[in-house]
Amino acid sequence: MKKLFKYLKPYMLPTLLAPLFMLLEVAMDLMQPALMSRVIDVGVANADKAYIVRTCILMFVCALLGVTGGLGNMYFSTRAGYGFARDLRSDLYRRIQSFSFSDIDRFKTGSLVTRTTNDVTQIQNAFTTCIRMLVRAPFLCIGGVVMVLVLNAKLSLVVLAAIPFLTAMIVFLLKRGRPLFTSMQEKLDRVNTVMQENLSGIRVVKAFARADHEKAKFKVANDDLCDSTMRAMMMMSMAFPLINLIMNATMILMYAFGGSMVFHGELTPGEIMAFSNYIMQILMSLTMSSFMLMFLSRAGVSIRRVLEVLNTQSDIVDGSDADAAVTRGEVAFDHVSFAYPGQSGNVLSDITFTARAGETVAILGSTGSGKSTLISLIPRLYDASAGSVKIDGRDVRAYHLNTLRGAIGVALQESVLFTGTIEENLRWGDENASPEEIRHVAAIAQADPFVEKLADGYQTELGQRGVNLSGGQKQRLCIARALAKRPRILILDDSTSAVDLATEAEIQKGLRGAFGDMTVFIIAQRISSVMDADRILVMENGRVIDSGKHEELKKRCEVYREIVVSQLGEEAARA
Amino acid sequence: MSEPVKTPDVKAPETKTPEKKRRYAPAEMGGRGHGPGPRGMERARVKDARGVVRRLSGYLTKVRLPLIAAILALIGSTVTSLLTPRVSGSLIDALNAATNLSPALIAAGVFGVYVSNGLFLSARLNREGLKKDAGKLMTEGFVFSLANFAVATAGGGAILYVSTGEANARLMELLLKLGGLYLAGTLLSLFQQLMLVRVAQHTVRVIRTDLFDKLQALPLRYFDSTPHGQLMSRLTNDVDNVSSMLSNSITQILSAVITLVMCLYMMLRLSWQLTLVSCITIPVSLLIARTVTKRTRKLFKEQQACLGELNGIVEETVSGARVVKVFCREENVIHDFDEANEELTKAGVTASILSSAMGPLMNVVHNFAYALMSGIGGFLVVSGSVGSIGMIQSFLQYSRQFANPFNQIANLVTSIQSALAGAERVFEVMDVEPEPADAPNADPLAHPQGHVEFRNVTFGYDPARPILKNVSFEAKPGQTIALVGPTGAGKTTVVNLLMRFYDIDSGDIFIDGINIRDIQRRPLRLSLGMVLQDVYLFAGTIRANIAYGRPDATDEQIHRAAKLANCEEFIERLPQGYDTELAEAGANLSQGQRQLLSIARAILADPSVLILDEATSSVDTRTEMHIQQAMLTLMKGRTSFVIAHRLSTIRGADQILVINGGEIIERGTHEQLLAADGFYANLLKSQYRSGLVEENDEKTE
Repeated sequence: MKKLFKYLKPYMLPTLLAPLFMLLEVAMDLMQPALMSRVIDVGVANADKAYIVRTCILMFVCALLGVTGGLGNMYFSTRAGYGFARDLRSDLYRRIQSFSFSDIDRFKTGSLVTRTTNDVTQIQNAFTTCIRMLVRAPFLCIGGVVMVLVLNAKLSLVVLAAIPFLTAMIVFLLKRGRPLFTSMQEKLDRVNTVMQENLSGIRVVKAFARADHEKAKFKVANDDLCDSTMRAMMMMSMAFPLINLIMNATMILMYAFGGSMVFHGELTPGEIMAFSNYIMQILMSLTMSSFMLMFLSRAGVSIRRVLEVLNTQSDIVDGSDADAAVTRGEVAFDHVSFAYPGQSGNVLSDITFTARAGETVAILGSTGSGKSTLISLIPRLYDASAGSVKIDGRDVRAYHLNTLRGAIGVALQESVLFTGTIEENLRWGDENASPEEIRHVAAIAQADPFVEKLADGYQTELGQRGVNLSGGQKQRLCIARALAKRPRILILDDSTSAVDLATEAEIQKGLRGAFGDMTVFIIAQRISSVMDADRILVMENGRVIDSGKHEELKKRCEVYREIVVSQLGEEAARA
Repeated sequence: MSEPVKTPDVKAPETKTPEKKRRYAPAEMGGRGHGPGPRGMERARVKDARGVVRRLSGYLTKVRLPLIAAILALIGSTVTSLLTPRVSGSLIDALNAATNLSPALIAAGVFGVYVSNGLFLSARLNREGLKKDAGKLMTEGFVFSLANFAVATAGGGAILYVSTGEANARLMELLLKLGGLYLAGTLLSLFQQLMLVRVAQHTVRVIRTDLFDKLQALPLRYFDSTPHGQLMSRLTNDVDNVSSMLSNSITQILSAVITLVMCLYMMLRLSWQLTLVSCITIPVSLLIARTVTKRTRKLFKEQQACLGELNGIVEETVSGARVVKVFCREENVIHDFDEANEELTKAGVTASILSSAMGPLMNVVHNFAYALMSGIGGFLVVSGSVGSIGMIQSFLQYSRQFANPFNQIANLVTSIQSALAGAERVFEVMDVEPEPADAPNADPLAHPQGHVEFRNVTFGYDPARPILKNVSFEAKPGQTIALVGPTGAGKTTVVNLLMRFYDIDSGDIFIDGINIRDIQRRPLRLSLGMVLQDVYLFAGTIRANIAYGRPDATDEQIHRAAKLANCEEFIERLPQGYDTELAEAGANLSQGQRQLLSIARAILADPSVLILDEATSSVDTRTEMHIQQAMLTLMKGRTSFVIAHRLSTIRGADQILVINGGEIIERGTHEQLLAADGFYANLLKSQYRSGLVEENDEKTE
């Protein structure tokens, strides 16, 4: 909770002003019935027309003051609410950006989306309503009670008697509401997740004609959501009529007592009217506050969900050495082992090798042997479970993340592009790259020819994930994007698999000349892609079983020979 | 501003946004300065608002029974609450004439009401009660309230009778009447509330289901051009707005209107002069409402659109987190997010301040009227033209109630407007042109043979720039066709067209001699097994993923398919084997493993035509060799389309189609094409340069 107050700080002034203005409005609202009863008891009783006029003017003034208060309250509460929500959302998103992959996997994309938008909106609504109504309601209520006390203490006992009942009821409702609201938001997550998955896999859904299955899956999630919403709402809707009932009972009681007091001359008829007005007011304010409390209890659930995100401390944080920079690009693995968080069994075991600056290192191995995992330790997408990865002799964990990742260009296996133009996507590598530089890296990656052929060239809009490009085109753009960084270390994780061989050869040729002595890591399936490498690591079941040049490996490494045979035939392997 | 040409043009009723916004911008954010002239747009918008309301009501008619019940109960409870001031007025007058009254006994009676209420509450609120379904809850609440009523009235009545005797029969009668009214009101409003919750949730459930179902029917083009997060926002945030409006606002609007009418009637009966005074407020209130809503409508739409945009950013950057991280783009995406966030705040603040100003404004109008009426009422009593003080009391109470509806509606404007904005965004998606429906006499393709023919097919994602030009070829049942050519030549497009993901611009595609336009989509797609480059797996067990295309498959069949695809080995190494839960999009498997699973998925689906689009690009060649045999078995007797760069896969094809620049430039078998020494031969030479060189080296040695 303390964490949330931090977000309120910049809006302290409006947050405080809003209730103050509300106070003004409430005070004026409270005056109206009192003045009205004066009109009747004094004005009408004495047939004093001047008094009636005077009091009415006073009522006008009160109304004017009241509207000032009301407007001021609305203005400040809205400002504070939206500002608060904006900051909260922004920080949430910031935090999510710092998440490690295991954090993301744990929360799930759909849920993170719900939390940054829907949950924050809930909190904002509650907050705004709170500084609008929750202040108004108790003031109205307390004010009403005070006025009743002032009017006639004896009769006011009737009103006071009702309060414990009302309080008990509200507390009850609140206590029972919370689990209902929690399950509501969780179900909303589920709906979001089902939807997100469906959208990402829409091709598969269509190809397997499984729309009906998806609909059924969604129906379950949706029905669940509706059921729990219905439960929560029903619960909330109980409050209103019940409070009404209790207060109305109070009204009868008041009339009975009051009536007899009027008879005994202890009370005037005008006062009874004022009394009934105040009771109405108290009733209204209680209804309001119970409603608000429900709102709050719903927001409480959202607050917890938001705090869960804010309190998640990513385990991958900046290192201590702010000045450390990657200069040469030498990469060394020192007895590195790795297991994915929460999973048993090492994906990498005891890996040791050094890639000297400027070397090209190729990694070969069967599917699932740990190639991608190995290279993901270099830019610290994950941290090694044991041993250390060093760049230029310094542990990667010592660098600032931006320094480290800024020096490493990665083209991942999955070509992920973002909504926006091609140029915007390429600029991910370097915000300030000139159009010439962009074209240059695109040319190296063999992307320039096809981009040029597009009607809008580099300004062509890409759909989400770059859906309107072919696989090979996307891969080439991803390579260009990595190159735009002018990295010291370049990692190509099977990023030419959908590129035809001729083009791939061109890319490799271009890379050799580019940016001097980059250290290059290439994961590939094709022997032709790797055989010119300075060093080839052969991986099997999370271990590097051999390393060396093509010729050496061909002679001594059985696994490597098999790979060669599978691609180039017996003759090539024997050569 | 020219339309981006490569972005598929979707037939959504949306106008494009200004340049800057486009990045994540939802297209419908309201074409400032674009689209038709301003006047035409204004008219369209007004029509829209009405259309939205009409369509929403269309959904409401589906739940008309509970709705009608709720409305009846609402009328009932409103009537009772309106009658009460009258009764209480008479009660005061009667009290003036009352003699001996025992307050203590009355208090005891009322206390009885409290106690029975408490009983009801605790019964209603215990844990078990909450787990019960809605219908049960409602009946239970009803019975309790009825019992409550009986106890309270009978008890209270008896006590009154004993304490006051016959002299106060009138007083007793009035008190009883009042109590009865209060109880009836409570009961009815309880019933009404529960009914409305039901109505709202049913409606929302249907809207959400409709929306999702609709999405399943949309063509791929739509998904290509709409960020997923924005669609998600429509399904959750926008629908949510509709939901909260339905469950909160309907009641209040209806009760406001009823209260208004009834109040007017009662007030007229009491004093037409005073009623006239209070009627001044109506035109003033309407004017305020009109002015405000006119301005805020657009803003609320914008607010929802911005929220959608934010959703889009979060979804895209979280699911693409790897790339964001390796490019250190956190600050940049945060910047984008903040910009959209700012935009949302701006639209929201303005809309919200404007619309919430309505409450206080209405309030002041009515307070003025109240003051006026107190004065005039006072004068009237003093001058003797109106009967009793009790009457004035009643009248003023009515006039307070008369103000309430305006206040209520004013306070609801925000929620109503953002709900309408949400509903409009939902309907926008529902209005997108779906994939054309199957023709009524479409062929069910009961026994697919696997004969495929393309005849003069021309197609472009943007019709102005064809990707495929006049492509013709024929695949006889059981043949293997390899598609070869540089990236972006149009190979995958051939596959997309065959699946009928997109409809062609000209030419025809035939399967077993039937034009695919005349084949039902479902059997068509089921007869084509596709393994894609970009594998997509669903969260769920490995077993469920393999069986995705054939949910009724037995375990044996699943295992066999997995074995054929060479994935049994790694599956069995996983701690839970086939029951291992995959993370979102199969994130906990390597790309190659995912490809193997998707091959197993296709094997199990047992299609008559097999499409392998770079199906093994991320699988290492040794593993590929292992599955090669299985693939050959699989391809035997099936028409197969293979897109691959690996020679081994291409070599054995019955027909190789060399595609370049959207045209088939060469065709024939491997040997024929090599002999022809054309594009294909060159392609091979350049690709296997190194390999060939080595072979030559060997010969020279």
